[in-house]
Amino acid sequence: MILGKVVGTVWATRKDESLTGLKFQIVKHVDLEYNLKDNFLIAVDSVGAGVGEIVLVATGSSARLTAVTKNKPVDAVIMAIVDKLDVVSD
Amino acid sequence: MFIAKVIGTVWATVKDQNLRGYKLQIIQPLTSKGDKFGSPIIAADTIGAGPGEVVMYITAREAVIPLDVKEAPVDASIVGIIEKIDIGL
Repeated sequence: MILGKVVGTVWATRKDESLTGLKFQIVKHVDLEYNLKDNFLIAVDSVGAGVGEIVLVATGSSARLTAVTKNKPVDAVIMAIVDKLDVVSD
Repeated sequence: MFIAKVIGTVWATVKDQNLRGYKLQIIQPLTSKGDKFGSPIIAADTIGAGPGEVVMYITAREAVIPLDVKEAPVDASIVGIIEKIDIGL
């Protein structure tokens, strides 16, 4: 999974109908000190993450292994909201 | 399958309910010579690797297999702790 920060939301009324009702969050990758990196992705939110929160995103076909994204054209899902990181040695 | 060093742990109370009870480790991918390779990622750990240990991890959908749940949004998990690496070439 990758570490990211929710920086915004995408609204799209015309889309694949199986995606109706899903929330699309813009997630920027962050480093271990939560500094924003350049790359970002659009992830379906399955845990109710708000803008500004640090999250974990699972990508690839694993992203379809949640109740919210099962059998849907989704390749990235927010599946955890980070409370804390313990970084031992970098 | 890849090699990485465990450099920390992620604590997340709010998460997919099938992930409850599984440790989420921060791992730094390594080359076979042990140099850093790319940026750290997060992997589920069913083996119990400790910080500083070098591990083998798998990615993609197969990463769910070590977990004893049918489905979970996991795309990387630790499958072994490495003692020694012999490189012939």
